[in-house]
Amino acid sequence: MKNYFKNMKTITKVDYATYLGVIAAFVIVTLLQSAGMLTRSMTGMLVPICCYICMAVSLNLTVGILGELSLGHAGFMSVGAFSGVIVSMSLQSSVPNELVRLVLALVMGAILAAVVGFVVGIPVLRLRGDYLAIVTLAFGEIIKGIINCLLVGWDENGLHIALNIDGTKTMDSLHLGENSIQIIKGAQGAAGNHRIATFTAGFVLVMITLIIVLNLVRSRTGRAVMAIRDNRIAAESVGINVTKYKLIAFVTSAALAGASGALFGLNYSSVSADQFDFNTSILVLVYVVLGGLGNIWGSIIATVVLYVLPEALREFSDYRMLAYAVVLILVMLATNNECFKAALSRVIPKRRKGAAANG
Amino acid sequence: MAKKVFEKGKMVPVPSHSIIPERDLYKSPILECSHLGIDFGGLAAVKDFNITVGRTEIAGLIGPNGAGKTTVFNLLTKVYHPTRGTILVDGMDTAGKTPAQVNRMGIARTFQNIRLFNNLSVEDNVKIGLHNQTRYNALSGILRLPNYWKQEKMAHESAMELLSIFDMQDLAGHKAGSLPYGAQRRLEIVRALATNPSLLLLDEPAAGMNPSETVELMENIVKIRDTFHIAIMLIEHDMNLVMGICEGICVLNFGQIIAKGTAEEIQNNPVVIEAYLGKQKEG
Ligand SMILES: Nc1ncnc2c1ncn2[C@@H]1O[C@H](COP(=O)(O)OP(=O)(O)O)[C@@H](O)[C@H]1O
Ligand SMILES: [Mg+2]
Repeated sequence: MKNYFKNMKTITKVDYATYLGVIAAFVIVTLLQSAGMLTRSMTGMLVPICCYICMAVSLNLTVGILGELSLGHAGFMSVGAFSGVIVSMSLQSSVPNELVRLVLALVMGAILAAVVGFVVGIPVLRLRGDYLAIVTLAFGEIIKGIINCLLVGWDENGLHIALNIDGTKTMDSLHLGENSIQIIKGAQGAAGNHRIATFTAGFVLVMITLIIVLNLVRSRTGRAVMAIRDNRIAAESVGINVTKYKLIAFVTSAALAGASGALFGLNYSSVSADQFDFNTSILVLVYVVLGGLGNIWGSIIATVVLYVLPEALREFSDYRMLAYAVVLILVMLATNNECFKAALSRVIPKRRKGAAANG
Repeated sequence: MAKKVFEKGKMVPVPSHSIIPERDLYKSPILECSHLGIDFGGLAAVKDFNITVGRTEIAGLIGPNGAGKTTVFNLLTKVYHPTRGTILVDGMDTAGKTPAQVNRMGIARTFQNIRLFNNLSVEDNVKIGLHNQTRYNALSGILRLPNYWKQEKMAHESAMELLSIFDMQDLAGHKAGSLPYGAQRRLEIVRALATNPSLLLLDEPAAGMNPSETVELMENIVKIRDTFHIAIMLIEHDMNLVMGICEGICVLNFGQIIAKGTAEEIQNNPVVIEAYLGKQKEG
């Protein structure tokens, strides 16, 4: 066993350490929670943190591993959130089990976001150059606009959907029958959701996201994606279908954002499209950049620190933003700094060699 | 004209290895270009380029800087689409193909300005070359199905074997971008070989290498041809290398072929001498 661990590649060790770290964090937080040592505001942050970790890790797949800038990641989160809420609310009577409903909502959120990701990605990713940033930026705004005029209700006959583009339609235009549920009410968003998201579900989603992203990166597919990032012309010259692998990475990233959006949406009794705007996309991008491009555990740490920090700093209200800025710089240094990595290489032997393949 | 180089094989003195030059005559050629040409902004960078390369031939493409040699490679690998002419690889037309498709048809190449996957390890660079030899899809990779482990093991073994051509197994874990210049050039050759080509294009493989490295490279190019039974076409300024191992040489100047023949013929060709001396006067 000891020998097995010794022979294991450093990258594999880093991956296992990432999984172990997440599991340990989950166990500790759960213990603290059951011991009643977490405040209400801390407990309230647990699910959103999990969602943002998945957002950051999945965005890292596009930005760090594929090397394409995406400025509309929150758009996929939005697609996932609203499709998740629709699934959950319309199945309320037929699927009373909350866990099953949650899983169905997450799967649906992932599938719909993947489809949207495919539609957005296919025209852009065929082009050479940084068009993805512009298109995803527009996509984020467009999806917000669409959901803001979306009316969705449910009755015995199934889903009723209308687009209130000219501003004349109301929920009445859906002509809902008896026992109906109003799910999405245009700009007001969705309200009256059952809050079925749990911290355990969040933890499982983080683990699944990590397994998908890390295993993908360490496979033939991930190598092809990183090859395209490092040198597109060389990747083509060894027979890699560039558009295909760009799409695989981008759609996977969108699907994971959709799943985390669904979890996020089902953590609140109401959600609105404005919560998933450009600022949210940038926020997640900040987590990814500060955590280190292509560095998965870095994304996790950066997300947790930068999400919790503004809350924790509330008591030092005057110095809050100053301290936030200092921490931003420290996180950036810690995850991207060569000296820090060199110091780490002395602690973990042979890290230098393994660092080659992009932890 | 197109046939000439091909037939010249007969007259080439047998090189340091044991394969007889007539060997390729009875097989269809691996590459046939006819009337190949490309214009950049109305200016013809390559015109009326005709060449035939035999199955296991080592062919040389030489000429002064800016003659259009790299452009020919870019045309063959579809980085540029030819304005005129046809390219047949193993008898099949490459018109309308992408660079990736041409690679799958059997052409692999290296680049004059090295293009490695710098942030990845040496081993991963070779494994990326093995991309189309490794057969499992993204889902098997994510779920790590038995096929994943089997294929990854095979990829690892093949990568190590290919690296051993240049004695580079020990560098497997290093970042490609951190290698010295000569090793980077060798790694590019290994990566190209990993795609299992039938024609290997080397763009200035000895550039930046010292004389002893160059001699070693020469031996290795011949070794590669002899072990893999493939054709190799190379662009090189080192005349010892070109004259030493190329069976057929093609001289390009201002985008046009000015001479074809064996090393001896090229060395004594007044047109070639003038092209090179003329170049010296300018520079
Ligand atoms: N993409 C391009 N656009 C315009 N001109 C080009 C392009 N690629 C090559 N050329 C021109 O074609 C000529 C041949 O270049 P090249 O094939 O690189 O020469 P070399 O024989 O030194 O490899 C040069 O004059 C170069 O400027
Ligand atoms: Mg050149």
